[in-house]
Amino acid sequence: MSDMPLTGREAAPDRSRPVPFRGGGFKPVRVRYLGAVVIVALIALIEWGTRTGVISNLTLPRPSDVLGTFRDLWVSGLLWDHLLPSLSRLAVGSALGVSAGIAVGVMIGLFSLARAGLVPLVAAIFPIPKIALLPLFVIWFGIDEGSKYALIAFGTFTPTVVSTYGAVDNVDRTLIRMGQSFGLTWWSIVRKIVLPGALPGILSGLRISLSIGIILLVAAEMLGARYGIGAYILEAGSLYDLERLFAGVVILSALGVLTSAAIGWAERRLLGWRV
Amino acid sequence: MDLHLDRLSHRYGAVEVLSDISLTIPQGRIVCIVGPSGCGKSTLLRMIGGLERPDAGAVLQQGDAPDGCLNPLTFVFQDFALLPWRTVAGNVELVLEDHPLPRDRRDRIVADVLARTKLSDFRDALPKQLSGGMKQRVAIARALAVNPAVMLMDEPLSALDAQTRELLMDDLIALWTRAPFTAVYVTHNLAEAVRLGHRIVVLSRRPGRIREVVSIDTPLAARRAGDPALEAHQARLWQLMRDEAEAADKELGDV
Repeated sequence: MSDMPLTGREAAPDRSRPVPFRGGGFKPVRVRYLGAVVIVALIALIEWGTRTGVISNLTLPRPSDVLGTFRDLWVSGLLWDHLLPSLSRLAVGSALGVSAGIAVGVMIGLFSLARAGLVPLVAAIFPIPKIALLPLFVIWFGIDEGSKYALIAFGTFTPTVVSTYGAVDNVDRTLIRMGQSFGLTWWSIVRKIVLPGALPGILSGLRISLSIGIILLVAAEMLGARYGIGAYILEAGSLYDLERLFAGVVILSALGVLTSAAIGWAERRLLGWRV
Repeated sequence: MDLHLDRLSHRYGAVEVLSDISLTIPQGRIVCIVGPSGCGKSTLLRMIGGLERPDAGAVLQQGDAPDGCLNPLTFVFQDFALLPWRTVAGNVELVLEDHPLPRDRRDRIVADVLARTKLSDFRDALPKQLSGGMKQRVAIARALAVNPAVMLMDEPLSALDAQTRELLMDDLIALWTRAPFTAVYVTHNLAEAVRLGHRIVVLSRRPGRIREVVSIDTPLAARRAGDPALEAHQARLWQLMRDEAEAADKELGDV
């Protein structure tokens, strides 16, 4: 065997072949614009279907008609009459719910007493459909904005709590021990180690919380509001005005995409340190 | 400041990990603690640093910490424990921020320790951009920033590759030669122990007891890799540890 050449092509030229590649994958890469292409293609397909009659006008409204309705909304100024109250309800309600949720979640993460006392309570209120409580909120906070703020705040609160204390639990303990070993104060450890370490988990929890906030916003507006996207959709639905109904739905989708993009932007800004 | 360990014992539940450890760590010396895996060397170090409480016995500080010492007992961790969201300079500043120091004094300390660890050019880099050896140098710079009385080093080079380990050992020796510091250096690597230790404490397998204390008189700066005297020490240490390590290895299989 010792006289067999170990290198060089002359070893067995006819039997050499490249090693097949079997690695790669399982790693998300950023593909730009594909999401938009999928949406545009779907809309184009519906437009084509409704124009040729493959899809009847009763099944789905024609996208171009929805666009026309949208233009009317814009021109008449009704868009802002509906959008601005909705946006302010979402902003106030979710700001209340998310900030309370982060505060309680951090408490649960830091204090065993808070954990023992509050985790069962959170587990008990998490699965309640918050819409079922709207009449109660109307009695407590009034028929006006108060009950809508409360509903959205309550709905965003519980998922924020759960994701926040999970994120605090996942902060690397060796970093905390390091802080203690250098004699950092408790408050410094929380502020400079625990909170930044929990931020990735808190932000990804925020995506879920804010989507739930949008769902509850519409629900609250459907149950009692003159203006707002929910009210607009409800009115269109009761008249079977599919163009207006879809115009409202499109606004909601856009709202969802915008909040998600905002969180993505915040993640890229704040979490650039992640490996 | 000297440290004195007075009859330390500790158990985790039914398992006795440390038994009757008495030891003095004199000022300006590096004391290495070696022992088979699971013998409680890291536990011992955490007790010395006040991160864990012994069941019996005490760790005593004798004398005062040097002037300007912000944190007498300072750790260097195996996995570096750097905050990934802070830059190199930010990680060093972290341990100064809780002390009432004037801004310019703090900046001076940071600049000084980064210069001593040859990191001045990387002060604005994030940990994710650094190699393992650089990360550990940042951790050493952070430890130096508080001007510790005793450095507690928990396998500081174990997460690094062999070449980086050699380089960092040279760095540590250079740092010690310029300004002798006191250190307790836990390792399972006997080559590190004979290069860096003035005294080498050999622990037995669990429950950890002191089997022997070996003193090496060669000055740190004169020690070279492959020095026959050091090799002899290393061989003797391995003789002491071999049976223990073998037994510990089998024991761990039962747990």
